Formats: sequence, C-alpha cells, structure tokens
Amino acid sequence: MAAGRSQAYVRGVTPTHSPATAADPGRSPTAPSGASSDTSGRSDAATAAVTRSAYRLRINGTEHELDLDNRASLLDVLRDRLDLTGSKKGCDHGQCGACTVLLDGRRANSCLVLAVAAQGREITTVEGLAGADGELHPVQQAFLDHDAYQCGYCTPGQICSAVAVLDEVANGWPSAVTRDPDAVELDRAEVRERMAGNICRCGAYANIVPAVLEAQRLTAGAAGGDGAVTR
Amino acid sequence: MTTLQDAPQQVAGVPRHRLEGGAKVSGAARYAAEYPLDGLVHAWPVLADIASGRITAVDEAAVTGMAGVLGVLWHGNAPRLQEPDTQMLNQLQDDVVHFRGEVVALVVATTPEQAREAAARLPVTFVARDHAVELREDDPDAYVPEEVNAGFPSVSEIGDPDGAFAASPVRFEATYATPGLHNNPMEMHATTAAYVDGLLTVYDSNQGGSGVQRSLAAALGLPPEHVRVVTEHIGGGFGSKGTARPNVVLAAMATMTHGVPVRLVLTRQHEFALVGYRTPTISTFRLGADRDGRLRSITHEVTVQTSRHEEFVEQAAVPTRHMYAAPDRRTRHHAVPLDVPIPSWMRAPGECPGMYALESAMDELAAELSLDPIELRIRNEPEVDPEEGTPFSSRHLVDCLRRGAELFGWDERAPRPRAMLDGRELVGLGVASSIYPAMVMPASASATATPDGRFRIAINATDIGTGGRTALAVLAAEVLGVGVDAVDLHIGHSDLPEAGVAGGSSGTSSWGWAVHKACRSLLDEIAGRGGRVDAPITVDASTADDIQARPELARFAFGAQFVEARVDVDTGEIRVPRILGVFAAGRIVNPITARSQFLGGMTMGLGMALMEHGEMDPAFGDYANHDLASYHVPVCADVRDMQAHWLDERDDDLNPMGTKGIGEIGIVGTAAAVTNAVFHATGIRVRSLPVLPEDMLLGTAR
Amino acid sequence: MREFAYGSAESVEQAVAMLDGDPDAMFLGGGTNLVDLMRLGVATPGRLVDISRLPATVEQNEDGALRIGAAVRNSDLAADPRVRRGYPVLSEALLAGASGQLRNLATSGGNLLQRTRCLYFQDVTKPCNKREPGSGCPAREGLHRDLAVLGHSEACIATHPSDMAVALTALDAHVVVTGPAGPGRIPMDEFHRLPGDDPTRDTVLRHGDLITAIELPAPSELSRNSGYRKARDRASFAFAIGSVATAITVVDGTVTDVRVVLGAVAHKPWRARVAEQAIIGGPASAHAFEAALDLELSAAQPFPDNAFKVPLVRNLAVGQLCRLAGVEMSVGSVGAGTDGAGR
Repeated sequence: MAAGRSQAYVRGVTPTHSPATAADPGRSPTAPSGASSDTSGRSDAATAAVTRSAYRLRINGTEHELDLDNRASLLDVLRDRLDLTGSKKGCDHGQCGACTVLLDGRRANSCLVLAVAAQGREITTVEGLAGADGELHPVQQAFLDHDAYQCGYCTPGQICSAVAVLDEVANGWPSAVTRDPDAVELDRAEVRERMAGNICRCGAYANIVPAVLEAQRLTAGAAGGDGAVTR
Repeated sequence: MTTLQDAPQQVAGVPRHRLEGGAKVSGAARYAAEYPLDGLVHAWPVLADIASGRITAVDEAAVTGMAGVLGVLWHGNAPRLQEPDTQMLNQLQDDVVHFRGEVVALVVATTPEQAREAAARLPVTFVARDHAVELREDDPDAYVPEEVNAGFPSVSEIGDPDGAFAASPVRFEATYATPGLHNNPMEMHATTAAYVDGLLTVYDSNQGGSGVQRSLAAALGLPPEHVRVVTEHIGGGFGSKGTARPNVVLAAMATMTHGVPVRLVLTRQHEFALVGYRTPTISTFRLGADRDGRLRSITHEVTVQTSRHEEFVEQAAVPTRHMYAAPDRRTRHHAVPLDVPIPSWMRAPGECPGMYALESAMDELAAELSLDPIELRIRNEPEVDPEEGTPFSSRHLVDCLRRGAELFGWDERAPRPRAMLDGRELVGLGVASSIYPAMVMPASASATATPDGRFRIAINATDIGTGGRTALAVLAAEVLGVGVDAVDLHIGHSDLPEAGVAGGSSGTSSWGWAVHKACRSLLDEIAGRGGRVDAPITVDASTADDIQARPELARFAFGAQFVEARVDVDTGEIRVPRILGVFAAGRIVNPITARSQFLGGMTMGLGMALMEHGEMDPAFGDYANHDLASYHVPVCADVRDMQAHWLDERDDDLNPMGTKGIGEIGIVGTAAAVTNAVFHATGIRVRSLPVLPEDMLLGTAR
Repeated sequence: MREFAYGSAESVEQAVAMLDGDPDAMFLGGGTNLVDLMRLGVATPGRLVDISRLPATVEQNEDGALRIGAAVRNSDLAADPRVRRGYPVLSEALLAGASGQLRNLATSGGNLLQRTRCLYFQDVTKPCNKREPGSGCPAREGLHRDLAVLGHSEACIATHPSDMAVALTALDAHVVVTGPAGPGRIPMDEFHRLPGDDPTRDTVLRHGDLITAIELPAPSELSRNSGYRKARDRASFAFAIGSVATAITVVDGTVTDVRVVLGAVAHKPWRARVAEQAIIGGPASAHAFEAALDLELSAAQPFPDNAFKVPLVRNLAVGQLCRLAGVEMSVGSVGAGTDGAGR
C-alpha cells in the first residue's frame, strides 16, 4: 500500500489484491454491492424455498420433536434448544473434538452435523452414558480416577471419544500406528493416536492415556471380555 | 497465637480428587454459555476488515429486516460507556478502527443462526489508513516504557555491563525470537447476560469475577452491587480471561438495550483478535564469562509489540534479573506500538518467552565452553537475589537440576551434539531451568460453622481448571481439623467475599491464606464460646494487612525440565518421547491436581517449542491462522512419557500454608529444554520459535 | 450461514434429479468440509441434497476389482480387510487423515471434493481467485508455507488437502460419476485439475455431477507392496506438509513397476511420472531413487517459505521406495542444509 494514502473498504465485498498498484485515493466509499446484489438476491430466492424442517431426533433414548431452521447444527440443537449442554463447542469446525457425540454408536463431531441430517440416528451424548441408577460409565469413572481433565470443557468430548475408541478396538479397526492390523490391541501409543482428535488445552493427555487404558480394563472385566463396551 | 506448625496436618498433602469431578465427567457442570434463561436471544459481533482507519458507514437497515434480527448496535447508537479501565471494554464508542478484527457492530437476533448470518451481511464501510503490524527490533517507533506489565521497572542496570562484557575472556551474543502465541482456552470467551429490575447478572467466562464486576460496573456507570458475576465453571483461560474482555461488556450493552437476556459466544476465529495473546518477542543476550563459565556480565535487551490502542508491555527480561549471578548486568524492555490486537497475559507472561531466550543462551554458552549445561548453571547459582540483594525465602534450583538429572538419566547424554543416531532418528537430550514468582494477592473469605457440624466457606475464587476449589476445601479442612466432606465450599459468585484473579499462580496462596485465616478465626470464635456451636457462627477475614506485613524477601518457585527430542533425518519432523520436570514450589496442597498443573504447563511449553505460531499477515494485519486446524497446539499423540516431580520444599516465609504456586512454572523452561535437546540431537541451533521441519531440512549442523 | 432448503435423496437418480437445474444446490455427504465452509461463508448453497443415506458398500467383482460406494465412510474403508491387504497405501492414507470422529463422518466421494485449506480461500474478508475470480492471490507474497511448489499458476498456488486422493492416484483408481450428461468414469489422475487460469474448479466435474463410486483395479503385486507416508507439524490430526504414496515391484534387483505420487505440493495429487519413468527398468537403489526424484523435482517452483517441501517430499519418497523395495537407505539430509543457522 502506498504511504499516506487511504483506501475504502466495504465489508461483504472481497477486496482485490494487486500489490503493484496502489488503490485510487480519491475513490469514494461505494455502495456495498456484494450485499445488495449477489448475496441478498440469492437470499430472496432462498427464503421463497422452505428453509426449516420439522423432524424428530432420538437422543439418549428419548425422542424430541423439533421444527427448526435447517442451518442449526446438531451441537447447537443439543446445547441451545434441548439444554443438553454436556456437549461442548470449542471450534465449531471439527478441529477440536469437544463436541464429540455418538451417532449410532460411532463418534462424530456434532458441530459438523446438521441436525436435520441426523434424523433416524441413535444419538448418545455424555449425558446418556451413565447408567439409569446414575452409576458412571467406566470411562467416566476412569477419567475421575486419573484426573484426566482440568477445566473439564473438553472432557465430555474426550469421554464420548474414548467410549467409541474401545468399541473400535474391539471391532478390530486399525489406526495409523497399528503394527499388525489383524491383531489390534490397545496400548499407550494406540490411545495417543486414537484420541488425537480431542484437543485438551489444559494438557491432561498424560492422564487421559492411562484413563482410557484403565477404562478398557474395567469394561473388559464387566463385559466378560466379549468386547461389548457401549451401554 | 497459633502458628502453622501447630495446625493439624492430616488432610493437606493427601491426594484428593476434584470436588466438581462428577459434574465435569457427566456433562452437568455448566459454563458461561450454558445457562438457559427465558427469552434468551443471541448476539454476534461484526469485526473490522481493516487494520487501521475509520468507519464511515454502518448500514443497519440492510439487515434489520432479516428474519429474527432485533437490532444492530454500533457506535452511532450503542449505550455510552464511562471511560473504562481497559480498552478491551471500550466497545462501540467511536468510529476509529485500531486493529483488524476489532468489533465494529453487534447484531442481536432470536437465534444464533440468524445473528451470525446478519452479522456476515451487515454492510460496514471503512476508510483505511496504512498500517504497521510487523515487529522489528529496529522499528523507529520503539521506545523504552517507564514500567512493564505487573509494575516492574522497564530498565535495571548494575555496574558496567558493557565494559565487563568487553573485558570477558569468553563472550557470547545471540538473538532469539518468539512468535505471537494465542491462549486458546477450549471454552471460548462467552457471556450470558440478563438485566432485570436494575440488576445486571452476567454468567461470564473469566478468571476473576470480582475484578470483572468492578470493571464492568465502572464501564456501564452502575454501582458494583448492581452487577453480579457468576463464574461457577470456567473452561480454561491461561491468562486470556484474567480481566474483563469485550464479550462481557457487549453482552451487557445488548441486554440493557433490548431488555431480554442475551448470550454472546465468541468464535474460535474471534479469539485470535479480541481476547489478548502473547506478544512476539525479540531477545538479544550478551553473556560475558570466565573460561570456567562464571558469568561476569549479563545483558538482556528485549523488544516486544504493543497495540497502539492500549499499552501492554510483556516483562520478558524480568526473570533474567533473578536467575544467575553476575556482578555487572542490564535488562531493558523496548516496546513497539503497532496496529495490532491488544496483547495481554498468557501463561507465565514475561518468564515464558524471557526464559526461553536466557536458557537457550546458557545452553549455547555451555556448548562453547564444552561444559555440561547443568554444571554451568550450578557455577552461576547466586547466594542472594542478584539484583535486589535480598535473600531468597527458599531457592532449590540446583536441587531440581540434580534430582532431575538423576531421574532422567542425564549421564547417558553424549557431551557433543549430533552424536546419537537411532535408526532414522537423531536423538538429543536438553535441559533448562525455570523460575516463577511466588505471588500473593489480597483476598477475603468467610467461614461459617453450623450446629450440624458442617462448615461453610465462601470466597469469590475462580476454578479455571487448576483444582483451586479442591485445594481450598483441603486447606479449610486442614485448619478446621475435619474431613473435606464436612466442608461446603462456595466460589465463583460475586456476592461472595471479594478475592483476586486466578492468575499469576497465586490463587491457592492468596485465596488459601484468606480461607486459612477465616478458619483460624472461626476456631477461635468457637473456642471463645466454649467450643459450642448452638447457632450458625460466621467470621470474615481479609489478608491485605498480613501481606503488607511480610518482610522483604525474594520469593520464587524454581524448576528444571529435561527433554529427549528425536528428529527424523528424512523429514525433519521433531517428536518428543520424554519430558521430565522437577519443581521446588513450596508445599504441594493436593498432589493429584498439582501434578496435572505441572503436566499441563509442560504440554503447553511443548507446543510453544514445536508448533504454536500466530502468523501475522503483513498485508492485512491479522493473525491469519486463526483456527485450531492451522494454529497447532499439541494433541494427545504429541505427549508421550511426561513426568512431573517435586521436591518436599518447606518455606515458612511465604504464607501460612507454605505454598508458592504451580500453574505457570511448568511452561517456563520447557520450550528451551526442547530446543536445547533439538540442538543436541542435530547440531542445528534454531533461535526462532517454533522449531519446524524446515529448520531441520534447511539448517546446517555445527 | 445462508438459509437453505434441505432434502434427502433415496436413490442416485433422485439425487441427480434434485440437483439438476438448480445452480444453487449442492450435495451434502458427511459435511465435514461443506458445513465447515458454509459456516465460514465460503460455500453458500441455497439447497442441500443429502446423499449420505445412499447405499454405502464396498464390493469386489469376480475379477477382483474393488468398487467403493461414494457414501462409504473413511473409517469403514480404512478398516476393510480387502483394502488393508490388497491396497495398504489406501488404508494408511485414510488413517493418516483427520481424526477418528471425522473419519466416521467423511465419505469417500466427499473426501475427493475437499477444498483447499489455503488461509486466504477460507477467509471471505480477503481476496482469493479460487473463491472470487479476479480478486487476486495474496498468498504468493503472503502466507504460503503450506501451499504448492509444483503446477501452480499465476492465479492460484493452492494445494489439495486430501490424503486419500494421493493414494488413489497411486492405485490407478477411477472415479465413477453420473449426472445430467449421463454416466462417466474418470481416471484419478485426470479427476483433479491444475489451477491454470480457472482455479475456481478443483475437479473436472460439472454442476450436478454426482460421484457414485471409486473403482480400484484388482489387487496386484504392485498394489500390495504399497504405502503412504505423511509429514506434518504435530504427531497426528494435522494436514500434510508433504506426503507420498508409493508402490513398487522389484524383480531380481530391477524395478519392473512403480508409482510415486506426491501430496500437499500441488493443486492435485502429483503423479511423479518423470521419476517413475526414470526408475522403471533400473536398479532398486537409494541412489537411483534419489536421482529420479531430483529429476522430477527440478520442475518445482517453490516460494520463499515453502522451499523445504522439495527436500521433504524427495526424502519421503526415497525413504518409502527403499523400504518397500527392501534396499538400504542413504544418509538423511537433516543438518546438511543451506542457510547456516535455520531461520
């Protein structure tokens, strides 16, 4: 940018990048063309279409009737509409894992799932892991016992993720560090790799790894060693 | 008067799991954005697209017709604020843009989807000025401020450091750089605010509700008692939530304007501009030494950036004042004002980047002298504080180094770098020292005994994940001579007795002192009533005078980190299979949560060494890698064998509990220990963080 | 995020019909990139056609060829024993990508259609020729450490982020599509484009085209002796700073067939044909592989902050070829560098 010159910018209009040429200093602020023509024009067309849906979600064994904006993510529906605030928002882009829930028993980032697209799935959140009597899931208990958390914000996602990891291992799914894909066993290196999608900024990893291994031991005992870990 | 030594000791030091653990693992613990209020609506900030200039128009009419939109706040219509105590709170008051990403408007709408889309579409027109956003040591605008963060003088000088350097037989000089670093607590800054009958309640994600209450009340022109701040559970802060941030004042303005409860949750992207970050630093060291390694002269000149909007100068040269003996010495801070987001506290401000540089320089000096790096540090261990001349209340750095060497297997280390190859990996071992002040801040607490034999302890402390809540219960039980289960601890609410921030590693010492004193007084009160509690008895305590009465001493925690680094000879990828820290941090109240604090600090230090890097985009003026996919922090796979140990340190000159603070010292030396290990592995010395594969692939071994 | 209509397709035919004629509509698979981009304002569809419920099976023909349904999730594909044994490079590439929870969502078809992670493309407040044709490319003079060193253009220096696509290119896979213009079968190496002067298009697909399957030729000696190696800034859950998919067949010390595909260096998986030609028929040795890669990479045009990618992918490829060929590797290159003391 040339020294001493001013340049007009309008939000919503992508600025051009021409490093060799200075912007015209005399150019007066223009109307926000991006907002008035392109995007809002399309918005009118879109509002003519139906942009909300009525549907049911099955969460922790309970059916919920919803009628919502299609834009709502599963995470936001859980947190803002259903007061299931155990699932956390740490990035809203699938980059941290704090929102991890189980969809049909498999872990998934609920921030990237549109709620409307989760119809018909069996959704399990951290609130649905404990037994009916309130007894903690072995993974939850192991996290307590190993102090595998500090601020607790990533913890529900870590726990849901770990529950699924135990299932994945029981099902023989390999990971990037698996040496023999035909004999998958959970060890420290496997836990570290498999839990890598759940960021903990407090840095509880050194405690999370033994917690997950301990949970596997507990569940293997409880389930008679048949590998069934999800309640 | 009873002294600490007489107090029952059976509770403290016994491992105790977190009181709120069950709530955290079951998802029941509520954080700031998780309070369901009737009629709640959502606010979304609109950020400046320019780094410097003015707003010329905000076309609110373009979005007010959108479904769900309740209104747009901007400088033309926002409630007027009193002059706030920080520019972080000076929101929507004028048309000036101080940095890219500053809030220029706030959209309020019924749902978060509507608010976000309206914010994206709001037309705002700017006139941009040239901006300067890159930190340079030779910036002509650089100045030496009067004082730096935490009130330290900017400059200290003893003797003739330049002359002593010139006269030294061994002279070492090098410059080290650290990048902008972003706190990135997992819970983004968030506020749920409601204004009912003249009472403003904010459920806010911060590290100290009493301070936020004061700042917010002052900014809004409300009496403090009309502002209530709730901080029951906080999803990490690492300094970025130490004082009020834009989210809380914006949410308050929105709820006071619209008369309905408002929730505002910053996005991860917003965090990189709005809530503070660690400034980049450029440290130049000159070390003059005898041939046996004894330092004659230390000079540390550090250049940091500050925002033109608000001065914040990180005290990066301050730790150098207290570490090593040398008769002649100088430290000096230079600040460069730029059109950048306002820097602020991040875990161990000052110590963290400063000690990376000092401990790198010491490692380099040891290599030049062919001296073991631990031995070099031992030879320069001071008798008293090297600048103040005051005695240390306790200083066990050498013990940490020796104990760590033993636990880590330091004697297996080859004396020369680039001497250990294992398959396709070069292996190196590194060490660095750590220091962090043992601070204490005034606090007040109340203690109540009830006839059922239970005790209620109340203090507006904040547990941001440190284990502070549990530690206070343990301390109270210790003084009262009861089990922890008999104590009901109430924290995280501004109606409780006022206490300081969860920061400066001072929480347990500061709050604990107040709790300790209140419990002592309560026991005295009960004793005065013949030991009977027929009706609830409450006593209040404040520690302001006790802190004033302490003698002048140098009070610090010390530590040493040991690291094994492995560098892939084909890719230059660096992995760290082992980190071991030994700390001398006073009495450890709760070994379980203390260990977690040390481990967490070292994990963040690992990230600082090898991956964390806020990338300033010079053309646009923002930290461009503003998400967790491009701003890398360590993941589970990065942390392998990590151990925290501590010495059984007894220090009676701190506070009644003998605690020093543990939240920050874990990070302090870690980055240097990692990069020293990388040098030992490869012979490549990289003086700029983070050390990346390209430094290994393109660098030359020495 | 712009408001949009939502519909779920029960069949491929229905999916294509739902999109046909609506230039504002997009298919929604696992959503891991599309929802991400919609939230950023980069993608602004007015209608989503959910294809994640279409049949998701992996079928092996009588001749051994593998047909991977487009909706098959990355995690299922990586764990499939037929993939792990017959095409280890594919399983390894999938497992090197993203995280466990993302692989459960991400589909095979969607993985190929990921957009670049270039910081400028993802930030709608900045220029980007890929997102906004003609607005310019600030990456050339700005932040480009993660961007292309091969095949880039004046208009665009983006890289393609997929690990899976790199492996599929090494396996001579075909992408099976259907659309308004009828069915088609596209070789992987022709599926993604170089940016040229139209970086808005990542692939040769036209609006309304739907990926229905990915086909792999029957497992061979070559495909069984294959592997994927990825370098990244942390130990897991990061995009590649360089990667390589290789497969090699050696008979009596002579290379009879080879595939070398480089990832994270170009707008598409970079099939190193020059290197392959140089290697085939020659001895299986570190020296020969190094010479071949050097020849290939002599075409590289790196930028100041991504020049390291050239030695990085060279070393990755040479190391991986040596390992698969069972020959000794040469001395690594760390510390033999060029600039004195790092940055």
